[in-house]
Amino acid sequence: MTKRVLEMTVNGEERSLAVASYRSLLDVLREEGGLTGTKKGCDVGDCGACTVIMDGKPVNACLVLAVEAQGAEITTVEGLQSSPDDLHPLQEAMMEHGASQCGFCTPGILIMAKCLLDRNPHPTDEEIRFGLSGNICRCTGYTKIFDAIRTAGKRMAAASTGDGTKAPDFSKAEA
Amino acid sequence: MRRFEYHEPKSLDEASELLGTLGEGAFILAGGTDLFVEIRERLREVKHLINIKRISDLSAIEYSETSGLRFGALVTAGELEAEPSVIRYYPNLRRALAELASIQVRNRATVIGNICRASPSADTIPPLIADGASIETFRPEGGRTIPLAEFFAGPGRTVLEQGEIAIAIIIPPPQQGSGRSYIKHGRRKAMELATVGVAVSLDAKDNICTGARIALGAVGPVVLRAHKAEEILIGSSFDQNTVERVAEQAMQECTPISNVRSSAEYRRSMVGVLTRRAIELAREEPA
Repeated sequence: MTKRVLEMTVNGEERSLAVASYRSLLDVLREEGGLTGTKKGCDVGDCGACTVIMDGKPVNACLVLAVEAQGAEITTVEGLQSSPDDLHPLQEAMMEHGASQCGFCTPGILIMAKCLLDRNPHPTDEEIRFGLSGNICRCTGYTKIFDAIRTAGKRMAAASTGDGTKAPDFSKAEA
Repeated sequence: MRRFEYHEPKSLDEASELLGTLGEGAFILAGGTDLFVEIRERLREVKHLINIKRISDLSAIEYSETSGLRFGALVTAGELEAEPSVIRYYPNLRRALAELASIQVRNRATVIGNICRASPSADTIPPLIADGASIETFRPEGGRTIPLAEFFAGPGRTVLEQGEIAIAIIIPPPQQGSGRSYIKHGRRKAMELATVGVAVSLDAKDNICTGARIALGAVGPVVLRAHKAEEILIGSSFDQNTVERVAEQAMQECTPISNVRSSAEYRRSMVGVLTRRAIELAREEPA
């Protein structure tokens, strides 16, 4: 089976990978791409653990062929942070609220929550539920995840309006 | 994923020729959200995948007051869900789109893919049939326009011929005084296949029904029209007694089966409840 050269931008970095055309974007990101933050849960588009942003829209990476991402811009959970020591407000809030237990759904939840808050900084509970309805968490019961999203939304909105409110730095807190 | 050969035709002619020459085992890839699941779960033996995303002119959405809505084979459920003319004129289709799977899936899944998959429980089919939509196809010798109500041959089967490709859906414009609704019944809101889906499109003048189309999903081998129920409604004034008779007749016309999601008896009973509610909902906000 011949391989194709796939060129895409992943987390702002141009990547060129040789891939077989039957491979999913999820497998290629994790294996050839070395980005294992994106998780493989169900592999049939039901659980949302593999959610990545493709050309501005959240998609299940397991339901995209890698070759379909030719020329695309992809953001994975690794791309949420501006630097290794600088967490995204959502990541900080998720830790603060204990919104991640086994952690397997967390990368997909973070990506979906980012898409939601970027569009709508003050979502209602119903809008959060609707926004995350393609992401399954079997540990938390969702309450702490929703709390974290509300907290992050408030901080992100405050930061963008420039009132100087800064989230506490949890990135160096003990696990 | 299981291996297959991958093709990227640049034109409909080329795609159609590939479908013809590669024969059984060759399938069109549009959104892929159903197809990849079927490949992984070995429900479909795919030897060749023909990706039509590089073909131009299949992504358009156009609305006009005279010809209605037309959208191409590559339009995703998410794009149509956000389309202003759909939000304004086709709330039934909008509802079906917003309740289809998840946001992530809707960003990839195409509406025409959902139709061509020909599932009796497909969310987009009942509102489109109730609205009198047609499907446009491509064939090398000349395409055709098929009323969607005549497009399905059974579960998973359509009347598409070898090498024929569905390229667009056309929905007539709403008439003055018309109203439409779609109600999906399931155990949960997201990532759910309809247990029963009922779509109703009504035309009315001076509070008298002048046209009615009732489409029932997940209660037969294909999405059904409840023709006799429609006949009861046409000419009536939507009074409670008539609506009850219409709902009762719709229950008689459906042919549900029992499966993991529901018993046949429950489905039939829900057809009655949802038909009544869908008529009331369609009457609430007439165009």
